[in-house]
Amino acid sequence: MNWRGAALRFCKVTGLPILEPFVRLIAGEDRNEQFKGIAKFVLVPVVAVGLFLGFWSFSARHVVANSVKLPGPKDTFTEGMRLFSAHFEQKRIDAQKTREKKIEALQLMQNAKKSEQAAAAADGAEKEKLLANAATLKKRALSAANYQASSSPTFVDQIFNSLQTVTFGFVIATLIAVPIGVLCGMSPWFNAAITPLIQVFKPVSPLAWLPLATLVILSMSSGGSQWLPIAFLTSGITVCLCSLWPTLVNTTLGVSSVDKDYMNVAKVLKLSWTQQLFKIVLPASLPLMFAGMRISLGVGWMVLIAADMLAQNPGLGKFVWDEYQNNNEISFARIAFSVIVIGLIGLFLDRIMIFMRNLVSFGNPQAA
Amino acid sequence: MSIAVLDRPRPKVAVRAASPEPLISIRGVSKGYGIGMTRNEVLSNINLNLRKGEFLAIVGFSGSGKTTLTKLLAGLETPDSGEIVMDNKVITGPSQERGIVFQNYSLLPWLTVRGNIALSVDRVFRHWTRAERRDHVEKFVEMVGLSHAVHRRPHELSGGMRQRVSLARTLAMKPNVLLLDEPLSALDALTRSVMQEEILKIWEEERQTCLLITNDVDEAILLADRIVPLNPGPKASLGPAFTVDLERPRDKTALNHNENFKGLRNAVTNYLVAVRQKSRDDEAMSSEASPIELPDLQPRSLRLPRGRAG
Repeated sequence: MNWRGAALRFCKVTGLPILEPFVRLIAGEDRNEQFKGIAKFVLVPVVAVGLFLGFWSFSARHVVANSVKLPGPKDTFTEGMRLFSAHFEQKRIDAQKTREKKIEALQLMQNAKKSEQAAAAADGAEKEKLLANAATLKKRALSAANYQASSSPTFVDQIFNSLQTVTFGFVIATLIAVPIGVLCGMSPWFNAAITPLIQVFKPVSPLAWLPLATLVILSMSSGGSQWLPIAFLTSGITVCLCSLWPTLVNTTLGVSSVDKDYMNVAKVLKLSWTQQLFKIVLPASLPLMFAGMRISLGVGWMVLIAADMLAQNPGLGKFVWDEYQNNNEISFARIAFSVIVIGLIGLFLDRIMIFMRNLVSFGNPQAA
Repeated sequence: MSIAVLDRPRPKVAVRAASPEPLISIRGVSKGYGIGMTRNEVLSNINLNLRKGEFLAIVGFSGSGKTTLTKLLAGLETPDSGEIVMDNKVITGPSQERGIVFQNYSLLPWLTVRGNIALSVDRVFRHWTRAERRDHVEKFVEMVGLSHAVHRRPHELSGGMRQRVSLARTLAMKPNVLLLDEPLSALDALTRSVMQEEILKIWEEERQTCLLITNDVDEAILLADRIVPLNPGPKASLGPAFTVDLERPRDKTALNHNENFKGLRNAVTNYLVAVRQKSRDDEAMSSEASPIELPDLQPRSLRLPRGRAG
């Protein structure tokens, strides 16, 4: 396949039709047609975004409540940049502090060694004292070497924490939903047993789950650990509970609607149950399964913000909540900025899932 | 009703005698779907012997139950009454001894050409070594002329190529009987004609017992030793068999001028058209059982009243 075909295929599979006219233009295809494509996928969206920004800055000038103004696009952008520079500043300070601590540790170790050498020469009470001194120095050196910067999480840290939480919840949800969905799809009896549970729990809001999830987690772990704090677990499990359902329902649909012709092939070949599952049923239902996982991840990301707010998990939700408590113009600009960041990350996650779904739906990739 | 079967030409060429012993016998098979009022009897009292080494074609109109018959033979469906016997054993389920080529290819879209063929080879020849199986797959890919496309997936192939893969997949299982369920009817006329010759060529090499189900009389005559028409359903049954007395190897273009071929084509076509007409007449007769009595009325005047006419 030549580069043009490969590039076009890439556009199709990644769900990025925006790149298609550019590829065709470079390949030297009909220019007018491509410019029309660029106008459609680039120019018109840019104009629409511009109109939106104009409307936003216009209304920012007129919306005032409790002497706090709605932040305009410019304030929002400036404040966003400040958040990022604050992050890098913080990281720089932390790194410097860590470096200083490392040097201090080396110094302390050298002193300890000197003290030990002196102790080898001396004897009696003097020796005891020097050895004790060396031990204290070593202890201090160890703690200095293990120094962890304990500054409060910056905006970027919170983004990463949010991503970790949503991944945690989503992976657990997938691990639970896919096997159950496959069982439901293969056995109408099992499906009949599970359906009422699915139907009842599917529409439940994350905020209703959250207290129960907290209770269960508290009962299972005593105080949490350094790697899995209670707040993180609570948020993650809430995300999991809400993003189970789309994957579960779609997997069931995918497995139960495998093309009869494929099943006939399996019957003629007399495939065993497991072979049928892994060679026919699962590959055939992957596109629908991934479509479900895509919805799940979207729901999970949406739920996460609310869960973070309530569970006080240091992610984007908590950031928005804390800034809301500050209640000044800067904090509202920060909230507006984080809204855009949340949207962009959601878009990115969605694209990833589209890409993965298109990878497994042969001959029939879809842009959205 | 007289049927144009009688004036079919007598055989002039010596026929390659298919061995008389039947490989598969269909005995009094009936099949229907649904229950009660919605019950639809598709096949009724089908009797047929498929002899070892012969190429038999079943020709019928679409909707006459041809696919149901293949499914019964393949073991994907069980008959309501009667039985299908192969090698003195009643067929109860699908088996690798009866390879089936489906009308809509049924290729697995996530596997490449090689993967699709290897799936059945790996399953049927489990006891072979990996290398033996791979060579076997290659052999059949080559046989259908797809060596250049082994890495492609079905959606990157044309209809004709897909059906070749499907054919190779089934042939590679080395079945005792090959069931072809309208294998070419989804293809355009030109591809179809190419594929017919290909199937003919492969069959001449392998000389496998083969049952072709088709709606194309020319195709049946070109490929088969014997043609059995399927009378239109509901309650479809088989008509009298026509023996195809044409020498092999057959050449499609030459056959177009062969008197024997023309006569046979007319005979089969006339028979099918006649039975369909008869079944339609019968249906009309049965639905006329309680005709609606129309009132005997005469309009008083065909002219509209003057006032409303404008």
